Amino acid sequence: MIRKVTIAAQAALLASTGLVSAETLNWARAGDSLTLDPHAQNEGPTHALAHQIYEPLLIRDMTGQMVPALATEWGPNADDPNVWTFKLREGVTYHDGAAFDSEDVLFSLERAQSEDSDMKELLNSIKEVRAPDASTIEIETDGPNPILANNLTNLFIMDKGWAEANDVVKVQDFEGGEETFASRNANGTGPYKLTSRAPDSLTELEAFDGYWGKGEFPLEITKIKYTPIKNAATRVAALLSGEVDFIQDVPVQDLGRVDADENLKVIKAPQNRVIFFGLNLGDDDLTTDDVEGANPFADKRVRQAMNMAINREAIMKVVMRDQSIPAGVAMPPFVNGWTEALDTIPSNDIEAAKALVAEAGYGDGFTVTLHCPNDRYINDEAICQAAVGMMAQIGITVNLDAKPKAQHFPQINNLETDFYMLGWGVPTYDSEYIFNFLVHTKTENRGSWNGTRYSNPDIDAKIVSLASETDLAKRDATIAEIWAAVQDEILYLPIHHQVLNWGMSNKVETVVDPEDVPKFKYFTLN
Amino acid sequence: MISYIVKRALQSVLVLLAVGFVAFGMFRFIGDPIDNMLGQERTDADIERLREILGLNDPFLVQYWNFLKGALQGDMGVSFRQGRPALDIILDRLPATLELAMVSATFAMVVGIFLGIYTAINRKGPITNFILTTSLIGVSLPTFLIGILLIYLFAVELKWLPSFGRGDVVPVGDWWTTGLLTASGLKSLILPAITLGLYQMTLIMRLVRSEMSEVLRQDYIRFARARGLKERAINFRHAVKNTLIPVITVAGLQIGSIIAFSIITETVFQWPGVGLLFIDSVQFVDIPVMASYLMMISVMFVGINFIVDMAYLAIDPRLRGGKGGN
Repeated sequence: MIRKVTIAAQAALLASTGLVSAETLNWARAGDSLTLDPHAQNEGPTHALAHQIYEPLLIRDMTGQMVPALATEWGPNADDPNVWTFKLREGVTYHDGAAFDSEDVLFSLERAQSEDSDMKELLNSIKEVRAPDASTIEIETDGPNPILANNLTNLFIMDKGWAEANDVVKVQDFEGGEETFASRNANGTGPYKLTSRAPDSLTELEAFDGYWGKGEFPLEITKIKYTPIKNAATRVAALLSGEVDFIQDVPVQDLGRVDADENLKVIKAPQNRVIFFGLNLGDDDLTTDDVEGANPFADKRVRQAMNMAINREAIMKVVMRDQSIPAGVAMPPFVNGWTEALDTIPSNDIEAAKALVAEAGYGDGFTVTLHCPNDRYINDEAICQAAVGMMAQIGITVNLDAKPKAQHFPQINNLETDFYMLGWGVPTYDSEYIFNFLVHTKTENRGSWNGTRYSNPDIDAKIVSLASETDLAKRDATIAEIWAAVQDEILYLPIHHQVLNWGMSNKVETVVDPEDVPKFKYFTLN
Repeated sequence: MISYIVKRALQSVLVLLAVGFVAFGMFRFIGDPIDNMLGQERTDADIERLREILGLNDPFLVQYWNFLKGALQGDMGVSFRQGRPALDIILDRLPATLELAMVSATFAMVVGIFLGIYTAINRKGPITNFILTTSLIGVSLPTFLIGILLIYLFAVELKWLPSFGRGDVVPVGDWWTTGLLTASGLKSLILPAITLGLYQMTLIMRLVRSEMSEVLRQDYIRFARARGLKERAINFRHAVKNTLIPVITVAGLQIGSIIAFSIITETVFQWPGVGLLFIDSVQFVDIPVMASYLMMISVMFVGINFIVDMAYLAIDPRLRGGKGGN
């Protein structure tokens, strides 16, 4: 009897002490960082790890606000809007003790613009970077770029001396085939330094004693152990058993299970990602439909009807278990240009939708194929299955073709799909980013994700003008005009904004980062 | 005899080439790695540039040929996902898989033979019935379900064993790492080893049971009994020895499948071995790593079969004739 009690007590103790010691945080998410080279991959989990070790000039805090990091002040020059001046923080050192100065910024920006860099698209407006003195950086752009700072929040600064000493001046490339020193080692100015790393298995970080932000941020976590756990059930089990304290990517069906545990909690917030359907409205004929010689999607009434037929409330309740926010516009709510009016969801009026389809001459219905990923977004395939039923209500027979993302996305890119699902996050928090990729005519440098075949020279000209419009009020007006056109054309059928769920031990206190990037220096412990 | 060996060796090489051929033919249908590699801000120009660099625009025969040329020089290509040589990544991850495979094979052999002997000697009775029924359930459930059930019971509810990973590992020699020398490493091995070995254990148990029942009916056992030998001596000195010959043949061949089929167990337990690596590579369309993994597995199977053939040759004089085997 006594023994039983002891075991129970031990179990209770184990359960209550989620944290091994008061300061170690065991962190798990589905995937691992692909490389430690901060400019080699522009990808979520890779940036998430880099944000603990390296720092950009400015970052977004956990609420999405832009705040100073290695720069203390920034802004375009009053006399010349083509030049931005950044005042750098003084007294900052790297993990190896080297001092940070403007040479490093100069070097890092050049490195990030080089051919093998994955970050170069974000910097393509930069003409020249200058360092007038050790604590000042001037960036000259091709024309005025009012949102230059927004593009720098994931642009990490490396030590020039360290890069030269370790032969990693060039970004890791796939051509040469050699693994570089920078892809497995790191030397940043960030709050945590790397102590060990086994890719796809375990990465250990330790608080950096010489961090400039001591006293400014909580920095209560002193050690981080990061393990990717691919299988969702195992990830949740590891949290339930107390082996990890903090997980990202909690599957919606397990939210209740985690929340019900008295030592755990789930916190959520809207994610910077909207999910929507795209339609081929530009071609004369569709390849996947059964209508000969005509493109039903080219008729605005059909698109309108489809937009009305999608029952967003039902998708939220049944497919997403309330973990989504129905959307009326293909733009996350944080983004500059978003208004409540744009995001109003269309009424789900089946009769009116049917009438519109009949008016367009498709009263007898037609058949079309919907392409959908099955491993990219939360419940992506299930959403598409629901949409198949909803389209059937207005006489459109949809054949669902769900595939892994590695097969799905090339179809959009190669214009091989007429009806597809896509999700979009906006790292710059500005509408221009959406327009550049999703609305502009598909050309070599713009519109690369525009699978709709939509092409409107007027709109294209407006989109291009955004890049250099310094009068922000005028710029916002142009953004509103473009959105009005996109909504009027029903270029995309928005479904919902994804909701992020983080599961954690009760000991951990944080808010959810809208870009799914935990920045542990802001975390506090109870 | 030498011609037989040469013939067998040539056949093995042909099998390897065919595996590579089929693999490269299939890779085109897995998808396109470019989007995974470039991130969402890529332009069409970037896509074209990278496709050209990686040789993805080449017909698959050319891609296969380039891979073979590299492979002969020990260069299996560079991982699209991690940017490291594919061979290095596989060698990094191999100890974890081999260790898990060895432990589960040992578990399957020891427990399987023991239970097989027990159920053969005690043909009826509640314990035998219990063992046979549970093993049937165990072999009918899919591996991932067994893994999840074990995790739920021993990690979430009882909190005795870890639910994922390999625990602490220590390096042995240049590239081998082992979890067998640390407490957390050993604890981490238990659940995945049982999950992976359960099917083989049941197989061996049933094989031993039927072989042994057969042997126990043989004349020499009856004579031994008539001579008044002790049951224990009959069972263990005479019967078991004759039972084990076919069992060892089967068990040896099963080790190959344990390594090859550790994929699911490794995914469920986040075991950092080559199986998990393969799944990650398929999702990313990391062609060099997928190709290297498939080659490694086929080399292993071809190797095992070659050795088995040679062993038969040593045992069976009929194969040594001029005409060779068929």
